[in-house]
Amino acid sequence: MTSVDRTVLDGSALAGALSEVYAFEATRAVLRCASCGHTDVLARTTVHLSAMGGVVRCATCTAVLLVVVERPDGVRVSASGAAWVQAPPR
Amino acid sequence: MSWHVATVVGTRPLTRTARALTLAVPGFAGALPGQHVDLRLTAPDGYQATRAYSLAETGRDERVDLVVDEVPDGEVSPYLVRDARPGDQLEVRGPLGGYFVWHDADTAPVLLVAGGSGVVPFLAMLRARRGTGRRAPFHLVCSVRTPADAIERDEVDTPDPGFDVRWVFTREVPPGWPAPPRRITAGDLVAPGFGPDDGTAVFVCGPTGFVEAAAGLLTGLGHPPDRVRTERFGGA
Repeated sequence: MTSVDRTVLDGSALAGALSEVYAFEATRAVLRCASCGHTDVLARTTVHLSAMGGVVRCATCTAVLLVVVERPDGVRVSASGAAWVQAPPR
Repeated sequence: MSWHVATVVGTRPLTRTARALTLAVPGFAGALPGQHVDLRLTAPDGYQATRAYSLAETGRDERVDLVVDEVPDGEVSPYLVRDARPGDQLEVRGPLGGYFVWHDADTAPVLLVAGGSGVVPFLAMLRARRGTGRRAPFHLVCSVRTPADAIERDEVDTPDPGFDVRWVFTREVPPGWPAPPRRITAGDLVAPGFGPDDGTAVFVCGPTGFVEAAAGLLTGLGHPPDRVRTERFGGA
């Protein structure tokens, strides 16, 4: 299993795990919060890391946007809290 | 992005708690100043621990230069700071990140604000700037607990055209220092040529509390929030 100390960071902390899932560079990707509509790059979100993985929260309303889990069979992303995710400009 | 096998090829003590490590990493290429890597350790029983570390230098492929500051009771940093020795193997994923990056073709003024080992990505930017004709003016504000905690202070203090540094000591100041220990203030973040009207790109890196305080001071000074890029780190 993978363990990470419990701590509060930002979206940059998940760049590696998300690079396993998305073809684009994830910290510059834009997310829209499905709860409050706040729209910003992943790098500006709040990330809580734990032994389970990373929980990405909206910096404005703290709703969960993404849950990222590094499983032995691959990285899994739940994106049910994001209205959409847009790839960054090249 | 996949994991690369990395071999420790050099270590250098920097402070009581920080050490520079150089890794040889076949297949690792194209890193930019400000980017980081994930580093993964695997115990004999298969237990794995992953942490993100900023690159302290870029520009040489197949090589990773880190500065690691030990976090008491951390799972990874005590090994990297105390035990890792040339020949040891671990795994590296990267280079990572595109937001907290300085591009050396950008000539806009750059204001860097570091708390503790948050200076590490800025070392990579300063080193890259020296290699590219020093076109962009740089101003670094560096907050550390005591003089003994300052990482690469000799290098940072070496005169460099177009670059200035301001140190802030929060617990203990050097002998003869003109100010008592104190936290960073808005006044520390004001420098001619690095204001909101100068098109300044601002980077802030440090522990979460430091980053939030500094970013609040910067936007209070009028820096547009989208020109203040932040990176937080925590225990590791």
